[in-house]
Amino acid sequence: MVATATHISDSSGPLIQMEGVEIDFGRQRVLRDIDLTISRGKTLAVIGESGCGKTVLLKTIIGLLRPTRGLVRFDGRNLAELSERELTRQRIRFGFLFQQAALFDSMTIAQNIGFSLRQHTDKRVDEIRYIVLARLAEVGLPENILDKKPAELSGGMRKRVGLARALALEPEIMLYDEPTTGLDPIMSDVINELILSTRRQHPITSIVVTHDMRTAQKVADRVVMLYPLPRLRADEPQIIYDGPSDRIEQAADSRVSQFVRGEARERLMEMRQLNGR
Amino acid sequence: METNPTSDIRDPISASGGPLGAAVDWITDFGGVLIDWLIGLGDIAMFSLRTFGWLLGRLPRKETIIPNFYQIGVLSLPVVALTGTFIGMVLVVQSYVQFRSMHLEAKLGAVINMSLVRELGPVLAATMLAGRVGSAMAAELGTMRVTEQIDALVTMGANPIHYLVVPRFLGCLMLIPALTIMADFMGVAGAFFYAVYLLGIDSHHYLENSRHFVGNFDLFVGVFKSLFFGAAIAIIACYRGFNCNPGAEGVGRAATTAFVYSFVAILLLDLLLGIAMDGIYFALWPEAPKLF
Ligand SMILES: Nc1ncnc2c1ncn2[C@@H]1O[C@H](COP(=O)(O)OP(=O)(O)OP(=O)(O)O)[C@@H](O)[C@H]1O
Ligand SMILES: [Mg+2]
Repeated sequence: MVATATHISDSSGPLIQMEGVEIDFGRQRVLRDIDLTISRGKTLAVIGESGCGKTVLLKTIIGLLRPTRGLVRFDGRNLAELSERELTRQRIRFGFLFQQAALFDSMTIAQNIGFSLRQHTDKRVDEIRYIVLARLAEVGLPENILDKKPAELSGGMRKRVGLARALALEPEIMLYDEPTTGLDPIMSDVINELILSTRRQHPITSIVVTHDMRTAQKVADRVVMLYPLPRLRADEPQIIYDGPSDRIEQAADSRVSQFVRGEARERLMEMRQLNGR
Repeated sequence: METNPTSDIRDPISASGGPLGAAVDWITDFGGVLIDWLIGLGDIAMFSLRTFGWLLGRLPRKETIIPNFYQIGVLSLPVVALTGTFIGMVLVVQSYVQFRSMHLEAKLGAVINMSLVRELGPVLAATMLAGRVGSAMAAELGTMRVTEQIDALVTMGANPIHYLVVPRFLGCLMLIPALTIMADFMGVAGAFFYAVYLLGIDSHHYLENSRHFVGNFDLFVGVFKSLFFGAAIAIIACYRGFNCNPGAEGVGRAATTAFVYSFVAILLLDLLLGIAMDGIYFALWPEAPKLF
């Protein structure tokens, strides 16, 4: 296959568009009527409480889940209409950091990080080794783990290996599912800096799902907040905030500002009411 | 991930009560089960077709093939050899008394070697493969599904069928003949050893009878059947793994159902292929030697 995905596209329009996307699992609806546009070269943070559908949103964008209704456009083309081959070609342009890292546990760390380089480039073994070492250093991991298996690492280390693996092919679009969860504050900031510096090195479009408001404010141009459907009125849009990251604390919607400040009072009252019944 | 279309369509009818309602309930339940079954069958057929499609195209890399071949072939040999030997000896023990009461001990070689080469060798090798390799494959792929490793493969632009299923399929398909021949050989050797050295049957007659009645075609039938067994084991195991339910329980179920379904498939294929091969045999050689 080709080393760098060459493609013809109009480079001005939005890179990813979700139009009226709805995702159901059996009878459970998780996403409802999501309209979201992601412009080239920008970083979007997605926040929202646990279980509101952030991971589902990311998986829909990369085509792992198919919308029950609505469509996802990538570079102007409807994902559902692409052939399997074409879809694969487009996916190579993405890097995806899974929430639980999803490392291949039959492979060593080095093989994990070098996987897509081996699959999609004709780089020699020593070239791949060089890139793998560079990626490993970027996420702040020591060289001596290269020949270990994922099961021998801590959760936070696995997550960073996942990040190194996702960045290996220098993707045009990075989808991060909670990049800093489970990391100490210093390492979280190292990862934040890494997200920022990959952006400086080459034009990259990113979506960062996070619970970490520091991450959201530091790396993102724009923040959207998803609200869990079961607690939403039928006529409300599911995205309850969509705007610049530095003004989110002053959001008019009290649910947004409470979430950002981590105030649980109203939520606790709601839970007590539910239990009381 | 996809929703099951059959699970939501029963509600309106089953609300009716009384004996008629019970009958209707029963029929709808039965219909639901039947539809689920048909969907499963169609699903597995699609899965096989996609695997065959990839087989015709690009082959997987050496690094993915060799570990699988090693697992499937090399590591299965000892257990297949051991069970083969014992089945050969058990057959002699079981049939010796009856054959001696008819003074047919010397024919023992023909009967035992025939059943070993045509039936027991292939079925035994396949059963051991399903138990040792099939359920392990289902558990491994199931774990990969549950921990999103298969999704990770997809996002990294690797086709999971090509990357995970094709090497396992090729391994089972290409190595099961070797395992079958191993089971045949050890069975024949075990039976010979027991019959000649422990029961004192005349080795010349034992061998002559075998040579006369067991031909290349019988060996071919056994090995030919084993190809189908190997393919079925690989497809069923990989399919169960790919469609694993979440959690440790899902993985466990994938492993056990992979073995049970493979075993049923082996026996079913054995019956069908046995009938077909007999038809071919008598069409090719109408005046073939009969045992009695
Ligand atoms: N494969 C699936 N099958 C059925 N339901 C699912 C599946 N994946 C997610 N869900 C449901 O979708 C909802 C949203 O899940 P999701 O993983 O997107 O949450 P999240 O916002 O990422 O939460 P967290 O912050 O805890 O990771 C949950 O209620 C979950 O039960
Ligand atoms: Mg999540």
